[in-house]
Amino acid sequence: MADNLSQSFDKSAMTEEERRHIKKEIRKQIVVFALMIFLTLMSFMAVATDVVPRSFAIPFIFILAVIQFALQLFFFMHMKDKDHGWANAFMISGIFITVPTIAALMLLLGVNKI
Amino acid sequence: MATQKQEKSVIWDWLTTVDHKKIAIMYLIAGTLFFVKAGVMALFMRIQLMYPEMNFLSGQTFNEFITMHGTIMLFLAATPLLFAFMNYVIPLQIGARDVAFPFVNALGFWIFFFGGLLLSLSWFFGGGPDAGWTAYVPLSSRDYGGLGIDFYVLGLQVSGIGTLISAINFLVTIVNMRAPGMTMMRLPLFVWTSFISSTLILFAFTPLAAGLALLMLDRLFEAQYFIPSMGGNVVLWQHIFWIFGHPEVYILVLPAFGIISEVIPAFSRKRLFGYTAMVFATMIIAFLGFMVWAHHMFTVGMGPVANSIFAVATMTIAVPTGIKIFNWLFTMWGGKITFNTAMLFASSFVPTFVLGGVTGVMLAMAPVDYLYHDTYFVVAHFHYIIVGGIVLSLFAGLFYWYPKMFGHMLNETLGKLFFWVFYIGFHLTFFVQHLLGLMGMPRRVYTYLGDQGLDAFNFISTIGTFFMSAGVILLVINVIYSAFKGERVTVADPWDARTLEWATPTPVPEYNFAQTPQVRSLDPLFYEKIHGDGTMKPAEPVTDIHMPNGSILPFIMSIGLFFAGFGLIMLNMDNPIINPWIVAIGGLALTFGCMFVRSIKEDHGYHIPAEQVKADLAELKKGGN
Repeated sequence: MADNLSQSFDKSAMTEEERRHIKKEIRKQIVVFALMIFLTLMSFMAVATDVVPRSFAIPFIFILAVIQFALQLFFFMHMKDKDHGWANAFMISGIFITVPTIAALMLLLGVNKI
Repeated sequence: MATQKQEKSVIWDWLTTVDHKKIAIMYLIAGTLFFVKAGVMALFMRIQLMYPEMNFLSGQTFNEFITMHGTIMLFLAATPLLFAFMNYVIPLQIGARDVAFPFVNALGFWIFFFGGLLLSLSWFFGGGPDAGWTAYVPLSSRDYGGLGIDFYVLGLQVSGIGTLISAINFLVTIVNMRAPGMTMMRLPLFVWTSFISSTLILFAFTPLAAGLALLMLDRLFEAQYFIPSMGGNVVLWQHIFWIFGHPEVYILVLPAFGIISEVIPAFSRKRLFGYTAMVFATMIIAFLGFMVWAHHMFTVGMGPVANSIFAVATMTIAVPTGIKIFNWLFTMWGGKITFNTAMLFASSFVPTFVLGGVTGVMLAMAPVDYLYHDTYFVVAHFHYIIVGGIVLSLFAGLFYWYPKMFGHMLNETLGKLFFWVFYIGFHLTFFVQHLLGLMGMPRRVYTYLGDQGLDAFNFISTIGTFFMSAGVILLVINVIYSAFKGERVTVADPWDARTLEWATPTPVPEYNFAQTPQVRSLDPLFYEKIHGDGTMKPAEPVTDIHMPNGSILPFIMSIGLFFAGFGLIMLNMDNPIINPWIVAIGGLALTFGCMFVRSIKEDHGYHIPAEQVKADLAELKKGGN
C-alpha cells in the first residue's frame, strides 16, 4: 500500500464504464459551452442592434443571464450530479443569501440615486 | 518513499510545517502579537482622552491609531486567535488525523501573516491608514486618503485571501474528515459554530474582496466607482463594506459562542442544555446576520421603509441569541459547577454579552439610532460584544485548552487574579462610555473641551484601560511562570471533560489518534466514561499512518503575494526606488511559480509504520495514561 503510490501506473486505473461516463460528460460540457457562447452573442446582439426593442433589451439580457447562470451551476459547478449534496447545499445557501442581498442593494441604491 | 522523517532544525521545521497543531500555535503567537499591538494603541488613545484638551497624541496620530486598532483587532487579532483554537481543536474533536488540506492550512496562515505584515509596514512609509477601520470613501478616496489607505486596501486584500482559504479548509474538514459515528448532529458545538462561521467567511469575505478591489482600482488606476463627481456612488462602498462587515461580527462571535458551549458543560458537569436548539439558533443567527447590514447606515438617508425593515430584521436576531443565552443558563442550572479561571471567564461572558445585546436592540431602533449615531454609546455597545463576548471567551478557551496544547496548566491563582483585574477594568472602561454617549460625546474625536460633564467619565474609562492592560500583563506573567513552574500534564484528560480532544494523549502525537475512534454518542468521551471503560473504542486496526510532508512552498508563496501587494502600493509612492511593476509582477511570478511547482511535483507524503504506532501505544500504557 505504501509503495505503489510513488510509481506511475502504466495504464489508466479507470474502468471501461468510468471512461464512457467521462466521455459523455465531456460531450455535454462542450455542448453547454457552445450554448453559453450563443447566449452571450445573443445578449450582445440585443444591445448592439435593434432586433430586440430598446425597452425590452435590459429584461431580455437579464433573462439570458439567469439562464446562463443556471447552466453554469448545473453543468460546470456539477449541481446536476449525484453525491454532490454538500456542495449543492452550499451553493443553494449562497443563492439564498445573495439574491435578497442584491435585490435589497438594487432597491436601496435606486432610492439613493440623485 | 521515505517512511522516516529526517531530523530538521527547529526553525526550518516551523517554517515548513503542515501539522494543524503547530499551525494553531503559530496562529496563537501571531494573533497575540497583533492583539498586544492593537491593545497598546487603544491604551495610548485612552491616555489621550484621559483629560480634556490633552496633547499626548496629535490628531493625525490618533486617527491612525483608531484605524489600525479597529482593523488589527478584527482582522489580525480576533480572527487568527479563533483560528488558532479552531485549528487545534476541530480535527481532534471530530476524530481526524489532520485537516482536509494540510498544505492549504499552512498557506492560509502564512498569507494572513504576510498580509498583516504588509498592513503594519505602513508606519514606515508616512503613517498608517487614517480613515477609520470602515474606510468610508470620501475619506479613503485618492483625493483625500494618503498612502496609508493603500496599505489598508492591499494588506487586507492579502490577509483576506488567507482567511478565506482557511475557512474553506475547515468546511471541507468538517464535512469529510469526521470519525465513524460522528454524525453532524453529534458534532461538538464548537465544531458546529466554527462550521457556520466558516460558511459566513466564505460568503462575506468575497464581497469584501470585491469592495477592496474596486477601491484599489479607484486609488491606483483612476477608476471612478466611488467618486461622485465622476458619476460614482459613495454609498455603494458603505453597502459593500457592511454586507461584509455585519457578518464579520458573527464570524467572530459564533466560534466564541462555541467555546462557551464547550467550557460551561465541562465545568458544570452536565451536558449542554438544548443541543439541537443551539445548533439551529446558530444557523438562524448566521442567516439573519447577513440580512441586516443596513442598520449601520440608518442615518445615510435610506428612507423610513428601508430603515424599518432593517430595524425589525435586526431585532429578530435577539430571539435566537436569547435561545442560546437561556440554554447556557439552563446548562449551569443544577450543575455541579467548578469555578476555575476558564469557567469564570465563560460564566461572566453570559451577562456581559447580554448587556451588549441589549444596547444592540436599542441601537436597532432606527429613530433612536439618530440620537446614538456616532456617539460613544455605539463604541460602548460593540466593545461589550467584542471584548465582553469574544475576548472573554478567547481567554476561557485559552485556559481550557492550554494543558492540551502545551502540556502544562496555567497557574490558577494568577489566572483568577487576571480574570478579576481584567473584568473590573473592562466594565470600568466601557460601562461609562454608554453614559458618555448619552451625554453626546462623539466617537472618533481625539480630544474634547473641559467642564462639559465629560471629564469624570473619560477619566474613569482610562483608568479601566490601565486595569485591562495590567490584566494582560498578568496573563503574560502567568504564561511565562507556568512554562517553568506550572503543573505538568501527562494525563489525557485533566478536566474530566466530555469531548474527543481529551481522548488523545498529552502531548498529542503528530497523528492525533493511533486508531480512529468509534463515536457512539454526543459527548463521546463522556458516554464512554458512563457506559464503557472510559476510553474510546477504536474503529480500525493499527495500521501504517499516512502523513503529509512539510513544505516551504506556502511560505514562499505568501512572500510572493506580499511583494505583489507592496509593488501595487509603490505605484502611489512619490519616488519608488525601483519600478513598482517589477516588484508587483515579480511577486506574482513567485507565487504562481510556487503553484506550478506544487502542481507538477509529486509529493505523496510519508508513512508512520504500524510498529512505531504500536510502540507509542505501549509506551502510553506503561505511563498509566
